[in-house]
Amino acid sequence: MNALELKGLRKSFGKTEIIRGIDLVVQAGERVGVIGPNGAGKSTLFNLISGRLLPSSGEVRLNGKRIDGLKPYEINRLGLSRSFQITNIFPKLSVFENLRCSVLWSLGYQYSCWRFLANLDDANQRARQLMQMIHLDRKQDVLAMNLTYAEQRALEIGITIGGGADVILLDEPTAGMSRGETARFIDLIKEVTVGKTLLTVEHDMGVVFGLADKIAVVVYGEVLAFDTPEAVRANARVQEAYLGSSIADLQVAGH
Amino acid sequence: MKTPINRSRWIIWSSFALLMGLAPLVFSSGLGITVLSQMGIAIIACLSYNILFGQGGMLSFGHAVYTGLGSFMAIHALNAATEGGLPLPVALVPLAGGLAGLGFAVLFGYVTTRKAGTTFAMITLGLGELVFAMSLMVPEFFGGEGGVSGNRMVRDGLWGITFGPPVQVYYLIAIYTFICVAAMYAFTLTPLGRMLNAVRDNPERVEFIGYDTQRVRYLAFIVAGFFAGISGGLAALNFEIVTAEVVGAARSGGYLLFTFLGGATFFFGPILGAILMVLAFVLFSEFSQAWLLYLGLIFLLMVMFAPGGIASLIMMNLRVARYGRLRELGLSYLGLAASGLVMLLGGSALVEMVYHLQLNQSEGPVFGYLGAEFDVGSVTHWAAAMSLLAVGAGLFEWTRRGFLRKWGAIQTAIEVDIKSREAVL
Repeated sequence: MNALELKGLRKSFGKTEIIRGIDLVVQAGERVGVIGPNGAGKSTLFNLISGRLLPSSGEVRLNGKRIDGLKPYEINRLGLSRSFQITNIFPKLSVFENLRCSVLWSLGYQYSCWRFLANLDDANQRARQLMQMIHLDRKQDVLAMNLTYAEQRALEIGITIGGGADVILLDEPTAGMSRGETARFIDLIKEVTVGKTLLTVEHDMGVVFGLADKIAVVVYGEVLAFDTPEAVRANARVQEAYLGSSIADLQVAGH
Repeated sequence: MKTPINRSRWIIWSSFALLMGLAPLVFSSGLGITVLSQMGIAIIACLSYNILFGQGGMLSFGHAVYTGLGSFMAIHALNAATEGGLPLPVALVPLAGGLAGLGFAVLFGYVTTRKAGTTFAMITLGLGELVFAMSLMVPEFFGGEGGVSGNRMVRDGLWGITFGPPVQVYYLIAIYTFICVAAMYAFTLTPLGRMLNAVRDNPERVEFIGYDTQRVRYLAFIVAGFFAGISGGLAALNFEIVTAEVVGAARSGGYLLFTFLGGATFFFGPILGAILMVLAFVLFSEFSQAWLLYLGLIFLLMVMFAPGGIASLIMMNLRVARYGRLRELGLSYLGLAASGLVMLLGGSALVEMVYHLQLNQSEGPVFGYLGAEFDVGSVTHWAAAMSLLAVGAGLFEWTRRGFLRKWGAIQTAIEVDIKSREAVL
């Protein structure tokens, strides 16, 4: 069964075409790493899938159902959830409240104002469970803005998986982390996304190879290759694209 | 863990009820009852405003539209009940106001809450002006310049409750206030209430956890409109007259100003703000012609130095007290109060002299203020006031710096303490 299917997806900003016709089929339960050089359109691709941006043309299907043109919250309700590259949490709410907010819709509480949160046993239990999964149970009552950067990144993941969506998009989950933190964080992501369809944008090739069953290489708004890590590593076109970009990166760093 | 919280909650709410029940026995004068009644009305209004402002991050410049239209509908309902035979007990007239507030919030809120931030603020401002302009154009409903008046007296009231004596109206207001405050507090503990906080903090993220931010804002707006309307309905019963100014921008600005002063980040902040609002409008305005100037100054200083309002000042000091360090600040507070008082005396003497010079010169150059005589023609008086202000300001700044050092040290110590406790866990 196809969890996610992109057909001829395009997006232009003005005259500039950022996504130039992407076709991609992700099977349920697959873990896909999306890699590519800076400015290749990886984040834009995620924004198109999750409804943050409207595609200029093409289709996005979630479990066979078209979701392009839907609002982000409608897409979320259909079972797709995403995280953000720049931490996107509720700064003035506690860790527990952040997580509880993320589970409310999926448990059917909608906009109710005739029930007390304290009595919603399933929501509270689920929020506590999430808190343990992302190892923040000791920080239950700490305001999200007072967490360390790594803790905020973990909370970001917790909010993303809170609603129980089965397709998860993570946009550079390890952005800004040290190597040691990254390694631990990858383990955490693996733990909490067991059995889910996962798409991860990553900059760091090493991270992706450890996390993904399949890798999609996006270069200049197109999918250059979509295959197993081994095959992608051996792909001449990928090597060429990546070599070019690493030289460019080096040059930038040298300035 | 659960019992002490519940117990303190019981204590807080029963003392709140007791306080409102006993207050008219202490302040039993006509003025006392009037002030207390207005406080109840203002408390509901400011709390309902804070559902938008503090809890939802919606800066509304037109909240008086909902309190005001609630007032008008309530006074018409009252008149329909007393003259037209509408089977509506007087005690339920405020509910008519509430329903009106709710209805208009459903209507106008649909437009206003589609946008957030600055756009939202602008739309509320425009709508407020619109309704105020309408109120002068449709005298059939708004009563024109003279407003609409009514009579709340019931001829054969149950148990002698005729709502003639102000104290009976006070108790009606007190009951409504208690129920509304409790209901609005309960609202903050519901899924919608919490999602409203989430929308305030980060509307974009809310869209990605399944919630429609517009819908959350709209529903909260309706809830706020309902309670605003009840407040307006109570005001109509209390004053027995409703004029166009109740929907005006000045009223809306008052809600914003005092909710902010009281403290929008804590639930009880707007209650303090509402009490201050009534004290300012009823008592302070008697005390000095320049009261609006003082009010503006206080607001300015609050925004600059204590953006969390009085409630946050209280909570910060309570935290220091919990760690047993409040005593160390006692001397600083005393110094701040004394030097502040000197500064205030000098400053207010200057202000009063300027006001007298500009507005009341026909009464001669001499006037009394705070039991002293001031002569606007005397250079010594001007110089004395100015030096008082300068000395006070200097001393205040000096003590303030010392205070800030101590305060900072204590906060750091508390943070370290919290961190070390976390590490032990």
